Amino acid sequence: MLLTLWDNRRTRNLALQALLFAGFAGLLYWLWSNTASNLAARGIRVGFDYLDRQANFPISESVLPYDPSDTFGWAYLVGVANTAAISFTSIVAATLLGLLIALVRLSRNPLASTIAAVFVGGVRNMPLIVQLLFWYALATTLLPAPRLAFNPLPGVYLSLRGLYLPSLSLGEHGNVFLLLAASVIVGLAILRRQLSATLRDPLGWSAVVVIVIAALALIKPAVSVPELKGFNFVGGLRLSPEFAALMLGLVLYTSVFISEVIRGGIEAVSRGQWEAGRALGLSERHTMFRIIIPQALRIIIPPMTSQYLSTVKNTTLALAVGYPELGLVVGTVINQTGQAIESISILLAVFLTISIGVSMFMNWYNARVALVTR
Amino acid sequence: MTSLSINEAYVSTEIRPAQTAPASKRSPIIKTLFSDFLSAALTVGAIAVFVSLFPAIKWGVIDATWATNDPGACRSGGACWAFIGAKLRFILFGLYPPDEQWRPAIVMVLILVMVLASLSPSLWGRKLAAGWLGAVAVMLALMWGGVAGLPFVPTSQWGGLPVTLLLALLSLGLGFPFAVFLALGRRSKLPIPRLLSVGVIETIRGLPLVGLLFVASILLPLLLPPTWTIDKLGRTFAALTVFAAAYLAEVIRGGLQAIPAGQIEAAKALGIPHWKAVQHIVLPQAIQKVIPPLTNTAIVMVKNTSLVMIVGVFDMLSAGRSAAMDPVWPAPYAEAYLFVGMIYFAICVGISYYARWLELRVKAKDYR
Repeated sequence: MLLTLWDNRRTRNLALQALLFAGFAGLLYWLWSNTASNLAARGIRVGFDYLDRQANFPISESVLPYDPSDTFGWAYLVGVANTAAISFTSIVAATLLGLLIALVRLSRNPLASTIAAVFVGGVRNMPLIVQLLFWYALATTLLPAPRLAFNPLPGVYLSLRGLYLPSLSLGEHGNVFLLLAASVIVGLAILRRQLSATLRDPLGWSAVVVIVIAALALIKPAVSVPELKGFNFVGGLRLSPEFAALMLGLVLYTSVFISEVIRGGIEAVSRGQWEAGRALGLSERHTMFRIIIPQALRIIIPPMTSQYLSTVKNTTLALAVGYPELGLVVGTVINQTGQAIESISILLAVFLTISIGVSMFMNWYNARVALVTR
Repeated sequence: MTSLSINEAYVSTEIRPAQTAPASKRSPIIKTLFSDFLSAALTVGAIAVFVSLFPAIKWGVIDATWATNDPGACRSGGACWAFIGAKLRFILFGLYPPDEQWRPAIVMVLILVMVLASLSPSLWGRKLAAGWLGAVAVMLALMWGGVAGLPFVPTSQWGGLPVTLLLALLSLGLGFPFAVFLALGRRSKLPIPRLLSVGVIETIRGLPLVGLLFVASILLPLLLPPTWTIDKLGRTFAALTVFAAAYLAEVIRGGLQAIPAGQIEAAKALGIPHWKAVQHIVLPQAIQKVIPPLTNTAIVMVKNTSLVMIVGVFDMLSAGRSAAMDPVWPAPYAEAYLFVGMIYFAICVGISYYARWLELRVKAKDYR
């Protein structure tokens, strides 16, 4: 009886699956009961009520306003915002730099393409954390004191205290203005067909100029240039050595991988497309940007997404140089409160949400742009 | 009618003068570098890169102190390469007892010999696998000691390059069997193995390695019974293995997808049981197909071992950092990281050249 059941493939599969599921559930239960007894033995209380308590630790720099008297929950949010800020900035910068490196490598200029190839080979084969630590070491040990700061461009100072840049302040209505400008740009992008007609009309042109001047007069932008006062610089925009080293390392490392993705995509477009473009009398530039790159994009997008995702995950290495992103905040909270399970769960949940969200979006997008074949 | 053949009418009788050789394809260097506006701009850019590198060359070569026993002589403003010479043993072997450092040295030689012996695919087989198992056992015995009269060295004193190499090698080696099962599970038609595999693979790939290392070093002692004490190196190794398994599984899945369904159908037609067909027919072909991409994963893992520094394992990077913390020397962090980076670079470039060679060989085999 049992043997006949075993010979039936459906019952056998069902039994094996049930066994596998029971094993997995048992493993989870075992881990859970271990944790429960360990926590009881050590007298650790688990729960998220500490999120409302006062954090009492400093965060050296943040995109969102933060003060040690804020709560732990807010500290996590500040960490997430910092992670989001460095991810976004480094991805945008690395994409532009990566495109440039790819085009230089594909160019017919032997000098430039060799330099690009050497750069790609060098950066790609060293761990990111070594590069971050190297840039941080350069920024904190080899740069001069503020008094002797490097001054490569007027208003730009590079010293042990960080990088000082001239900044543009937008007065009291600055944030409103930024929002307005962003919505106007989005509007322009949507209505660009109609707008190109308006812009050809001299009346429309002068209306745009008048609006821009009126906006500038309303918000009174001011440029603040850093100045050496005493032992340090005053005014301008300061990028801390941590942030500067992190951005430099992350952007260089990511851009090299992005350049390889772009180069691979461009090289995968068949040579006949180039030849057809030339035969039609298009210039090299037009062939590249109107014919090759649009087709290469279809190949580039999937590996590019995974590159972007790994960049987001790579931002956690910022804790090696001490930039307060989510990983560093989580580490600090664990040291301060001992709430390890909750803190690490938050870290994992944030990254899993980002990863799964992006890959779901990409699957949808890929299905949309994929070539329809019969 | 005379038989005048067509040939006679068309064959010319006089010998033509030799044609001149076609113009050389190589154009003068000025023309390649400045052929159009874009090219000229690139050349100027390249020269600007060279010029801007000059301070770095001045620091690293011209002003550098190459050899000195006196740390004070290193304050000239250039790079202090003498520091690397003085601290080489520390960077390579970390806190390992100095009298016993011949043991990790032998481990490194053993790794090198085994890697060189495994380069040629014609030698791959059961004997080589057994050789690797034996070699790993000898390596671990040498590192730990406590046998054959060697003094015991706890893992907290291991450090430097052997730790980096062992972590990379063993996490890949141990992750591989898990990866095969995960990949097969993901391709399975049964829902539960498929869902479990997809869940495990996607969760691990969705997390940063730093997060996994946190879990391993902080949470793992809570998750396991109190009697199970795994030291820090072991926990880190577990995290790296799990990470390697998830990434290897995706590569192997690519290989499995490339095997035509006809292979397994043919096996079924011959009456071969499903598992045997997978083991002897599908897997060998799939793994052979993905060997070049597997080397990429190997490079990624070698680079990732450097992250164990974050949870306080004393690998080569931590050793370099601690060496530079010595107050006697003038904070030569940049030099230490450059040196460590060059070692990683040499390993990774070595693997990628090997991958290229292997790919050419595989291609040559296909056409034969």
